[in-house]
Amino acid sequence: MSFNLLVLTCLGYVALLFAVASLAERSAEEGRAGWLRSPLVYTLSLSVYCTAWTFYGAVGYAARSGLEFMTIYLGPTLVFVGWWVILRKLVRIGRENRVTSIADFISSRYGKSNLLGVIVTLLCISAGTPYIALQLQSIAQSFTVFVTDMDSAPVAGDRTLIALWVAIGLAFFTIVFGTRNLDANEQHHGVVTAIALEAVVKLVALLAVGIFVVWGVAGGPADVMARIDAQALPEWQIQPGRWTGLILLSAIAIICLPRMFQVLVVENVNDKHLATASWAFPTYLFAISLFVLPIATLGMELMPTGSNPDMFVMTLPLHLGRDDLALLAFLGGFSAATSMVIVASLALATMVSNHIVVPLWLRLRAAQGQDTGDMRLLVLNVRRLSISIVLGLGYLYYIMSGGSEALAAIGLIAFVGVAQILPALLGALFWRGASRTGAALGLSAGAALWAYTLLLPSFGAGVILPASVMTDGLLGLPWLRPYSLFGLTTLDPLLHALFWSLLVNVLTFCIGSFLSFPSPIERVQGALFVNIYERPGPARSWSRPMAQAEDLLPMAQRIIGAKPAQGFFQEQAGRQGKAGFLPDITPEFLEALELKLAGSVGAATAHAMIAQSAGTAVVSVEDLMAVASETAQIMEYSSQLEAQSEELSRTARKLREANDKLRKLSVQKDAFLSQISHELRTPMTSIRAFSEIMMDADSLSPEEQAHFAQVIHDESIRLTRLLDDLLDLSVLEHGQVQLDIGPANLRKLIDQAVTSSKSVQADRHFRILRSSDEEEVMLTTDAGRLTQVFINILSNARKYCTSDAPEMYIQVRQAQDMVEIDFTDNGAGIPTESQSLIFEKFARLTDSMHAGGAGLGLAICREIMQNLGGDIIYVPGQGGASFRVSFPRVLAARAPRREAAE
Amino acid sequence: MVQKRVLVIEDEPNISEAIRFILTRNGWQVDVEADGFAALARLRSAPPDALILDLMLPDMDGFEILRNLRAEAPTRDLPVLMLTAKGQVADRDLAAKLGVTRFMTKPFANAEVVSALHDMVAS
Repeated sequence: MSFNLLVLTCLGYVALLFAVASLAERSAEEGRAGWLRSPLVYTLSLSVYCTAWTFYGAVGYAARSGLEFMTIYLGPTLVFVGWWVILRKLVRIGRENRVTSIADFISSRYGKSNLLGVIVTLLCISAGTPYIALQLQSIAQSFTVFVTDMDSAPVAGDRTLIALWVAIGLAFFTIVFGTRNLDANEQHHGVVTAIALEAVVKLVALLAVGIFVVWGVAGGPADVMARIDAQALPEWQIQPGRWTGLILLSAIAIICLPRMFQVLVVENVNDKHLATASWAFPTYLFAISLFVLPIATLGMELMPTGSNPDMFVMTLPLHLGRDDLALLAFLGGFSAATSMVIVASLALATMVSNHIVVPLWLRLRAAQGQDTGDMRLLVLNVRRLSISIVLGLGYLYYIMSGGSEALAAIGLIAFVGVAQILPALLGALFWRGASRTGAALGLSAGAALWAYTLLLPSFGAGVILPASVMTDGLLGLPWLRPYSLFGLTTLDPLLHALFWSLLVNVLTFCIGSFLSFPSPIERVQGALFVNIYERPGPARSWSRPMAQAEDLLPMAQRIIGAKPAQGFFQEQAGRQGKAGFLPDITPEFLEALELKLAGSVGAATAHAMIAQSAGTAVVSVEDLMAVASETAQIMEYSSQLEAQSEELSRTARKLREANDKLRKLSVQKDAFLSQISHELRTPMTSIRAFSEIMMDADSLSPEEQAHFAQVIHDESIRLTRLLDDLLDLSVLEHGQVQLDIGPANLRKLIDQAVTSSKSVQADRHFRILRSSDEEEVMLTTDAGRLTQVFINILSNARKYCTSDAPEMYIQVRQAQDMVEIDFTDNGAGIPTESQSLIFEKFARLTDSMHAGGAGLGLAICREIMQNLGGDIIYVPGQGGASFRVSFPRVLAARAPRREAAE
Repeated sequence: MVQKRVLVIEDEPNISEAIRFILTRNGWQVDVEADGFAALARLRSAPPDALILDLMLPDMDGFEILRNLRAEAPTRDLPVLMLTAKGQVADRDLAAKLGVTRFMTKPFANAEVVSALHDMVAS
């Protein structure tokens, strides 16, 4: 066939794809997407798994290794039939969280970590680029095989130019249908429909060639079986280990390949479609693999030796003169390649734009302080650019690799690459303890090992890895040889790489997860993903209300208050045309109520409360977390309020105390003034009365005159002493006293006091018992004031001691820096009920004349002792009155008064 | 002329001495008690013609004595002159309420005490 005709055919086919895709898009836009959303289209779109590698490569694979190519189909079949649970969970989570790609899925599960998104994206690009290159290569190869006038063609036999044009064409198609709009669900009906059509084309093409080969060339199935047996090579023997490994690998790939994730999860509209796909997709795979071995066998038999078995599907009909079938096969291969490239580049571009380009761009804009503006156009343009980049990379890889490798090998290398996502993916689905750190470590370690043991060596020794590394190991260490790590030589390179990379990946993932503590958002996302079925559904609306208005009204009253709640219910009832307080419980009413309550208790709490009252929905983990966060805010707020009210009540208490104190002080002041008045008026009464008597001196005898003058004199002295005491007390109480601090000998001070106090009731003999040794203490204090206290105590004892043979025992002790002196007499002591009064002002216990004082002495003593940094107390139960005076041995220049603050 | 008897209840010896001197000079028979209980006993056994009562006493204050006096028939109408060094309005009111005859603050003018006593007994 001529080059131009083939190009025209291709263009015609692509035009058909455009038409179908446009039609589908328009139908979807007009809301007539019913048939587009059928399980059949979904199942067919899954056939994007079957690429040019399947279409051409499987036959080549079968020619080389017999039935082993089946493993590539058996893995997915096992997944769809047996691991249905995983797929359903994956699809449900993906749809409810509006996951846009496998990178987004991993990143979202592990605390919306963009680091993980980037790792997965890079991994998928590394694995996907060769894979895309492979499709370009297969198209280019099929072109050169098909075209008879290659030398005169405009591309002049240059395969790479064909690949370039194909890449450009596919980029154009993908951009047009993959980035039409920015749908939140990332669903592309046009693309999916076109893919479904391509699935049909490639299946029909392969079946047609197969039927032709079996019935047209060979003599039916029995003949074919015989020929297969005849052709069987020794390599066709089934190797159980390799089979197991490859089945496992392809099973992993069907879940982890970015393009598979795209059609399986992202483009899924209803997870019930999986039920159909679970049998329909394996059937498709069976159908597409049915004739692979016959084609391979007859190709080997009939084609000249040296023919590329990868091209048998096309070259065999061509060789047998069936150009029409060959063209169909060509179109089948073309459709397989294009569908893969379109979906893969779409998926990869989504990752690149969402996880690398847009975050970088935003950071750049933020760094420049610019407004991010409308993101829609930006994201679309970034995605368009990404598609071009991805296809460009694929093309570059194709150029660089030179298309030398067997097709199947590249596919399997990509499989091992994306298989590194599996541990993190399964952890995301089933293990709440899986952490971001674990996933990042596992992915990185697995990817690194994959690159070292499989990807880099696949370029050939000496291309990227030096030949010495391949033979002698990294740094000359034999156990680091890429194909026999740690001396493991029994596995072929593919399984060797799969084994080591997955082992290390899983181990680091688990250890990393155990050792790291997930952040709150990771835990929330983990719960959301792992417990996906415990959620009522993504829509937070009230589909099946069961609550009674009678139940909801009291709840609403508790939250927003009785009157507003009743008003709200009445208004809602009125809106429904009902009288009274109880509206019908419609979803609209519940939504309005939730909104109303949300104003008071927060949206999540309101939702949870209505859910509980209505008895409909299960409260989800997300709801609980939201409730918790709201509660935390409310608690914080209320604890602030509490602190404020505590502060207020503290202030109020202080005020009350101050007020009480003031009132008490006021009462005390009145009582004190009254006391002073009484104490001053008493001597003055005598003075005035006797002085009036004295005025009439003539009638008085000289004895009377002398006596009355004496009374006047004594009362004047008493008055003066009272005034002195009052002034002294006032000065002491207000801390204005000027202390005269200096060195003094305690014994001498007591000597002085004893001598001075002798003037009180001088006729009374008073024995003083002292121990002069203990009294030898050098003091630094106000000696005059201290002596005043001693005199007061001794004078009181002289006045009040009831004993007939009065004695006073003075005992001195030192404790640390304090001096303690007990003055104990042998009298009756002070009655218990009066002991607390004696230091108060005017607390005279007996009549004043007998005591000869105003009752201020002990009050003054207490003030003095406090000024000296000490105290004076009454010690009960000592056999007589006992006063204890304590003070620091050395008084600092200005000792703070104990009650200075008051 | 029968000598009128006055009882002075006063704990300040100098003051009671002054009152005794003044009243004796003016023809009164003066008894002095410094102790409230003893004074009450004496009042019951031999009621005087008048009573001079100090407000501040060590054991029982003047109000208490007055209240007792007014509660008993023999002393219900006994003229009582209350002398106090406190002299607050509240005390004066309370004394009036309890039925005091006259109320004077210390220091007092001797002549006033004499004339007050005279008026009280005469009316």
